Amino acid sequence: MRSISIAGIAQLPSKLAEHHMDAAELVQAVTALALADAGIERKQIGFVCSGSSDYIMGQPFSFVMALDGVGAWPPIRESHVEMDGAWALYEAWVRLQHGDIDTALVYSFGKSSVGNVDDALGMQLDPYYVAPLGVSPMALAALQARALLDARFANERDFAQAVMRARLAGARNPNIPTPTATTVDALLAAPWVASPLRAHDAAVRTDGAAAIVLRAGGPGPKITGFAHRIEPHALGVRDLTTSPSARRAADDAGASRIDVAEIHTPYASQETILRNALGLNDRMLVNPSGGTLVAETPMVAGLLRVVEATRAIRDGAHRALAHATSGPCLQHNLVCVLEST
Amino acid sequence: MSAPVTQMKAPTRLEYLVHAGATTTTFLHSILKGQLVGRRCPVCHKVYIPPRGACPTCAVLCTDEVPVSNSGTVTTFSIVRIPFEGQRLTPPYACAHIVLDGADVPLLHIVGGCSVDEVRVGMRVEAVWLEIPQPTLATVTWFKPNGEPDRAVNDRGEVVP
Amino acid sequence: MSLPTDDLVSPFTLEYTYKRSTGPVIGRFLAGLRDGQLLGVRTLTGDVLVPPTEYEPTTGDAVTDEFVEVGPEGTVSTWTWISNPGPKDPVSVPFAWAMVHLDGASTPMLHVVLSPEASLKTGARVRAKFAETRVGHIRDLAGFEVVT
Repeated sequence: MRSISIAGIAQLPSKLAEHHMDAAELVQAVTALALADAGIERKQIGFVCSGSSDYIMGQPFSFVMALDGVGAWPPIRESHVEMDGAWALYEAWVRLQHGDIDTALVYSFGKSSVGNVDDALGMQLDPYYVAPLGVSPMALAALQARALLDARFANERDFAQAVMRARLAGARNPNIPTPTATTVDALLAAPWVASPLRAHDAAVRTDGAAAIVLRAGGPGPKITGFAHRIEPHALGVRDLTTSPSARRAADDAGASRIDVAEIHTPYASQETILRNALGLNDRMLVNPSGGTLVAETPMVAGLLRVVEATRAIRDGAHRALAHATSGPCLQHNLVCVLEST
Repeated sequence: MSAPVTQMKAPTRLEYLVHAGATTTTFLHSILKGQLVGRRCPVCHKVYIPPRGACPTCAVLCTDEVPVSNSGTVTTFSIVRIPFEGQRLTPPYACAHIVLDGADVPLLHIVGGCSVDEVRVGMRVEAVWLEIPQPTLATVTWFKPNGEPDRAVNDRGEVVP
Repeated sequence: MSLPTDDLVSPFTLEYTYKRSTGPVIGRFLAGLRDGQLLGVRTLTGDVLVPPTEYEPTTGDAVTDEFVEVGPEGTVSTWTWISNPGPKDPVSVPFAWAMVHLDGASTPMLHVVLSPEASLKTGARVRAKFAETRVGHIRDLAGFEVVT
């Protein structure tokens, strides 16, 4: 395997609504910051890959419009995934393994303020048996949460504590909307929305963008392992109380001796599942940024975990794990392991 | 056994509230004043209309607003002769690329006010505005011949200065 | 650049009137629902998938051509109560989503339960309730009701 480093990172602040900038302007701004952070010129970039969703942006081929922001002239080598940018990062990492180019620029953008994210995410469900029922991602996560309670792997206080930890850490994150201070008891006093989940158990949805510059060799945190695994979409054939795909991805990526983990939890109840599957424990720092419960930009949240893991290494951590998830009830999971050099 | 099921209806419907954003809002507000305003790239100096937030070749923000002329030159065109759902005009009509004076990229619009047989590359046209403007490019009904002599257009679709 | 105070906003609807081919397996299940019957398909290993798919989801193997009638009763394996249904929800009054393990099936299926919240629990016995008008669609099954 060719050694690939994170040469530059950037994010735009996650906001509840970014009405000022269009997709191309978001992309221009965030990629310019990442390139400056890496000290690399646009024209030196060998491969460009992005992650975004037309259903989220409310515009067919929105990623093509957004290419204005990266300067696709003279023609560039470019690819796009209709997924979280973490999968675009994976594609770029694989592309750099070919050996003919040395740098890649990866970005993602998303706006939850334009439409209804739950309705858009509903488009990825089984179109015969599940989508026509009109079930929301939160209701599906609630079925998973109930299974977790029934198996006694967690209780509702665990969910509230995950929200509390996210808000306390998030209060120190300048790039997200300031979380509301609360107590575990106050959280537990809130009514169920989709029992056993409460409104605050769902991630706070935001608008934003993130970018990463990859370079073969060179300084910067090194990617020592990168993998993703997916489970069947039929919920009935999955054990919802565990995440075999996250566990396999972590094993494939060699996720051991981790100091810091940035994990993607669309719902508070999923933190327990992921901590178990990824082998996280109390000796590790989990989600120092606050994580996705306090700011989740669709299609950006996963890539931003790698940005945050990189920040953790720059702040002195030795090995950091970044995780991204996609699909209902943690169907698809990606793990990227970074190490300081 | 009763009749088999081979198909099912699977309609999808997603609703959005689209914010025009600063760049497009400025453009649409200028239309309300009867003025077409593009944006210039600070690096390659091309003037884009409709304005683009970022220059697609230079990847920098286009921040300078530049008023462009109501008149321009047809650089290519196509005659629409078939009806389709949602069509605003009755065929035949001409869709055209029009490079407005002061702009560097063509605007896709309609050429009207003349027979479609008269539409040609190099033709000089000017905007015809609705009396009551709306914040949309459809406030320009179409572009009509303005009677000026034709301009030369090169193989790359550029108006020869 | 500053955002003009009168930022322009426009509603936009993205709508497609898709029709999907069901194929022989899903089509058979939907025809069953239309006729008031719940069907599963047997896999090579003997399991009964409900709702049936053309392949065994964990291995990718093709399924057999043996359809098995299941239900109409089953057991709730997990559930969630929706106290304030939204416009996309299939019912306008509070209801439950549940994974229901139909008698004779190897896998649970997702649908709604139309019974009071107090009657719901994991392990509750439920019975299929069919819609009055049926066309060959997953919502030909109106949902389940708790058996008391």
